[in-house]
Amino acid sequence: MKKIVITVAALMLFMNITKAQTDSTKYRKLKVDEVNFLTSYYHQNGNNSAVTGGIGSEKIDESGNSIDLQLSKFDKRNNKHIFGIELGVDVYSSASSDKIDPSTISSASSGDVRVSPSVNYLFENTKKNYTLGGGLSFSGEFDYTSIGGNILFSKSTQDKNTEFSAKASVFLDTWKVLLPVELRPNSPNLKYNQGDSAPRNSYNLSLGLAQVINQRLQMSLLTDIGYQKGLLGTAYQRVYFGDNGNNAYSEKLPDNRFKLPIGMRANYFLGDKFILRGFYRYYTDSWKLTAHTAELEIPYKITPFISIAPFYRYYRQSGIEYFKPYKEHMLADNESYYTSDFDLSKFTSNLFGVNFRVTSANGIFGIKQLNTLEMRYSYYDRSTKLTAHSISLALKFK
Amino acid sequence: MKKKLFFLVLVCSTLILPSCKTVKSFQKSRINDAEMSLSSRKIEKYESNFLLYREGASGGNGGRTGGGCGCN
Repeated sequence: MKKIVITVAALMLFMNITKAQTDSTKYRKLKVDEVNFLTSYYHQNGNNSAVTGGIGSEKIDESGNSIDLQLSKFDKRNNKHIFGIELGVDVYSSASSDKIDPSTISSASSGDVRVSPSVNYLFENTKKNYTLGGGLSFSGEFDYTSIGGNILFSKSTQDKNTEFSAKASVFLDTWKVLLPVELRPNSPNLKYNQGDSAPRNSYNLSLGLAQVINQRLQMSLLTDIGYQKGLLGTAYQRVYFGDNGNNAYSEKLPDNRFKLPIGMRANYFLGDKFILRGFYRYYTDSWKLTAHTAELEIPYKITPFISIAPFYRYYRQSGIEYFKPYKEHMLADNESYYTSDFDLSKFTSNLFGVNFRVTSANGIFGIKQLNTLEMRYSYYDRSTKLTAHSISLALKFK
Repeated sequence: MKKKLFFLVLVCSTLILPSCKTVKSFQKSRINDAEMSLSSRKIEKYESNFLLYREGASGGNGGRTGGGCGCN
């Protein structure tokens, strides 16, 4: 009997020690989970620049770079706290922006640097399967600043097969108005004059539902209900009227826009080597622009850790009713709004390319902390003769 | 327009919901593969940005929904 009591006591003591050890592993101080570097180069060319009224070079070169740091900790209740910090620095040169004031050899806006820091925080309740979070962001360049904030909530079922998410975000942007040089210093018909500050605010509510269908298929449905208010046209984009000689006007667009996109994504693991990543989106807005987007990416696993993925994306939009090309607007029509920005015209576009990915828990190229290396190239071809190349490199360190 | 959206949601729900099976954690080796992620991916950040600026439509893809002028 004494032996049994001692054995039970020893067992209980052992279980208590084990439990204490388990509890102590739940609590974890703040540590770096991952560091991500992303660098990208983008080049485009076309001949429908909005700055010069729908004609002229659309050449742009842009180099984008960002670094983000993710830290996390577990508290004593086993809840996870995730902190994210990101800094982006983009450098670009734009041939069309140089035409805002063509009398200068190179205007201030012909090239610029955009700096965009952001922070975010997530709280994950691992027992009740919900997440709460929020973030702040800033973006600044020569004539434009943007301050953003968001809050988010997501809840998944106990088996983690269904997840609902909601995110509300606000962007409070400010333009420093730049007019085409011939409309300076003051133009009586304009709401904003050279050097004025003009707001552009965006409000978005994103709702998402993700569902695991079976062991190989999962899908999600996502909508981003958006509303924009303020100066939505670009003041230095010119419009030339067919019955008004070569006198330029500043683009004029409504000061509000309601947007409604609905997207659906489906990912299917085919056999052991292929994955089919499909996406479709329908979009409509209060400027009567409707668009369809369909995308398919097919990652092929060369090994469990190396994959190569060709992708193709088709896009079609109807164009807004305020758009007309160079000199096709008529003053006689007495239009309230007018633009010659081909980004808002009727067109179709094709995007295709390839994504290459290597991942290893033991490091890549002998660098132990390098967990994932990813490269992506894409070529963009729009029916308005605009073409673009984009190449990106992402490194994840763990 | 509202009818179209309602119809789209209805069709999706009809297709998806009856075919759902309870998938247990140990059965999710394929679902948890990084390439199966439903959220937006970091490598696509700059590509998504230029598409956002070069095209009239935006959102609905888990990516950026606003901020910045896109005026170049």
